Amino acid sequence: MSIKAFCIALLLNLPLAAHAALAIQHWQTPQGARVIFVESHQLPILDISVDFAAGSARDPAGQAGLAQLTHTLLDQGAGGLSDTAIAHRLADVGAELGGTFDRDRAGVTLRTLVSAPERNVALDILARVLQQPDFQPAVMQREKQRLIAGIREAEADPGSVAEKAFYRAVYGDHPYAHDEAGEPAEIERLTRAGLQQFYRIHYGAPNAVISMIGDISRAEAEAIAARLASGLSRAPAVASLPQPVAAAAMERRIAFPSEQSHVLIGAVGVARTDPDFFPLFVGNYVLGGGGFDSRLMREVRDKRGYAYSAYSYFFPMGVAGPFQLGLQTRREQTDAALAVARDTVRRFIAEGPTEAELAQAKANLTGGFPLRIDSNKKILDYLAVIGFYRLPLDYLDTWVAKVDAVDVAAVKQAFARHIDPDRLVTVVVGASDAR
Amino acid sequence: MLLALLVGSAQAAVTDVTLDNGLRVIVQEDHRAPVMVSQVWYRAGSMDEFNGTTGVAHVLEHMMFRGTKDVPSGEFSKRIAAAGGRENAFTNRDHTAYFEQMQKDRLPLAMQLEADRMANLVIRDDLFAKEIQVVMEERRLRTDDQPQSVVYERLMATAYQDHPYRRPIIGWMDDLKHMTAQDARDWYARWYAPNNATLVVAGDVKADDVIALARRYFGPIPARPLPERKPQSEPAQIGEKRIAVKVPAKLPYLLMTWHAPVLRDWQQDTTPYALQILAGVLSGNDSARLQSALVKRRQIAVSTSAGYDAVSRGPGMFMVDATPAPGKSAAELEQAIRAELERVRHDGISEAELARVKAQVIASDVYQRDSLFYQAMQLGEYVTAGLPPAALEHRVDKLRKVTAAEVQAAARQWLQDDRLSVAVLDPQPMQAGAHPAAIPGARDVH
Repeated sequence: MSIKAFCIALLLNLPLAAHAALAIQHWQTPQGARVIFVESHQLPILDISVDFAAGSARDPAGQAGLAQLTHTLLDQGAGGLSDTAIAHRLADVGAELGGTFDRDRAGVTLRTLVSAPERNVALDILARVLQQPDFQPAVMQREKQRLIAGIREAEADPGSVAEKAFYRAVYGDHPYAHDEAGEPAEIERLTRAGLQQFYRIHYGAPNAVISMIGDISRAEAEAIAARLASGLSRAPAVASLPQPVAAAAMERRIAFPSEQSHVLIGAVGVARTDPDFFPLFVGNYVLGGGGFDSRLMREVRDKRGYAYSAYSYFFPMGVAGPFQLGLQTRREQTDAALAVARDTVRRFIAEGPTEAELAQAKANLTGGFPLRIDSNKKILDYLAVIGFYRLPLDYLDTWVAKVDAVDVAAVKQAFARHIDPDRLVTVVVGASDAR
Repeated sequence: MLLALLVGSAQAAVTDVTLDNGLRVIVQEDHRAPVMVSQVWYRAGSMDEFNGTTGVAHVLEHMMFRGTKDVPSGEFSKRIAAAGGRENAFTNRDHTAYFEQMQKDRLPLAMQLEADRMANLVIRDDLFAKEIQVVMEERRLRTDDQPQSVVYERLMATAYQDHPYRRPIIGWMDDLKHMTAQDARDWYARWYAPNNATLVVAGDVKADDVIALARRYFGPIPARPLPERKPQSEPAQIGEKRIAVKVPAKLPYLLMTWHAPVLRDWQQDTTPYALQILAGVLSGNDSARLQSALVKRRQIAVSTSAGYDAVSRGPGMFMVDATPAPGKSAAELEQAIRAELERVRHDGISEAELARVKAQVIASDVYQRDSLFYQAMQLGEYVTAGLPPAALEHRVDKLRKVTAAEVQAAARQWLQDDRLSVAVLDPQPMQAGAHPAAIPGARDVH
């Protein structure tokens, strides 16, 4: 043992730095919006995220893209202000309005200085955008064209093509199957009335989760939440999505004029609230989640030089999100790389991690926990997830203990319950021998 | 102006010392969370490379994870991971930097490992042979299969006639194919010395402790003579350049770039600050001119942006890019962009626009303090480009002083056609196997 190894052993035995528990406050506005708040006075800023169950999984049949277009149009004219007026007013006070959108969620984020003049202007805009979007026909037409152009552009990106095909293959008829951006032909047919109706149903107060962190008091936070929720519709909370059904094993090859093949392998995984989430998450660090520290990276990249990156992850969603394993490699060696990836995942599911690998995974995840909450931005992301998916308020306080509690048997059992190596879906984009 | 009142000296004090062996140590204390980021910046990037071995700075970056005498391949990442850290590296035109993000009391581990690989790297032939394959895959992933990246690469190779910025950071594929472990060893021997490096640490640390640790771990590494850096000035461009880039793609794309000055004397220079404001007036958010005129009002583009980086070792560029709206050509779009720029040159900008951009600069300066990593990044970039931390500290003050007349003058002087290079992506049909083969060169023997 060198002196260096000794020093590292010492470091590992250090008690975890005392990460003061985040004091998360929670309440409901009279209109039924749920609020989740952390008071933080270290910087003179305020971050807000308002999220709705209005992601692309809510697109009605034949209208793929409706949720995305509705979300896009929120700040493109609202409450008597044009798109340009909104942009100018925000810029004048240095506020940043952003959006989040995926299959489950559609959200609006605001970052503003906390000083009253700036904050008031920024909150006024946020309220208008959430409560009174215009869905102006000319603007809608313009944004349709932009959305379609974005989809066309993605058609030249083998990674995007693979991702789209992967979700279709894994989810079949389930609402998670279609792409978040939608389908050009269906987008063309979307109407203003359709957008307004989608907005009324999905952007109601009982559907809203308001997350906040910043340099304000509880009383100020309550006033802000009440103001944001007050102008929203009272549309009842939307129903949960149906449970996805596991797909049969299949392999799809798509010809593409790229130097590399993009390989995706996977299956239906788990929901955010699945009791197996932590064993899967910790176990997956060993398989393909731990970056340079994972088996996939070692087998595919370090040992063979097949790819720049190789990874796997569980993407937990409202209902079961996907388990996905991916790599990109020179076309001629696609089958060789594919064989290594499949072999790695099969062996992992059969044998589980070694005790040493699991200890390493837990050391990294627990030791690295403070890095997950070292900025207001990162904390806001967690607050939004905790609120939206109704995770326990002490989620971050118990996170380290839950990771620590995972053992080899739990990982093996959880993988066995959720991932059948004989029923994986494979998508290869770039192969010249399309089949 | 409201904003002026609330943001005084936002930046906390920076400690800046140089050890006896030439290693510069910069510490930014920030006690918001019990974490820190440690970055080692080497003043050696793709601009220091020679023809025939382009990409070697980045290849060496990869090899830095492939082992020393005491820390074998893969072990570096494993030890950082075991301590709960995250680590990685990046190579740019001006520099190569390595970083670790960890709990604050694990800084000694990061320093010990970085000091070890600064002095003791072993580049094995067999590991090099694997890693160069990885780098070629990275090139295929990031450049060859990305139409807009190909446009950028080809335009840089055109806009710069002589300066090494004309070469891609990741290197030309043919150079990667012929690179040897010895090329990487030579690069390491040439540039990886404490007197060519800066250690930047930001986070919940005490400056004195950081400096003491730096002395302990890096102090014993001797300084070495560095090669003379010859001046590499780019000859003035004396007429517009234009290229077409034909690759499989779905949409056209337009990229325009003008030679422009960068910050050299941060106290005296004014143009780089004016150009930063100009970029903000043209682009940056929905209220900016290009976005509101081309995307919203006239609907000629589906997206557009302007960019300018005031901080670099080499000559600068002011850039505009855009994707045409359906039914519009790249030529129409280019005319529209030129018209917008002509408006600035001819009529200048309004006081309201100027105030708006300054408000955003001031606010984002506060927002940036939310990210430790970004704070360290900025310091590393400034220092590696030869600017003192004071230049960063006073950045906002300098931008506040820019006048509308200076912005107009900068646009007039620098956004001229004679300094302009234009690339247009001409989309080719998306058929499998349609990628063009390289013209075989004399030394291409396999």
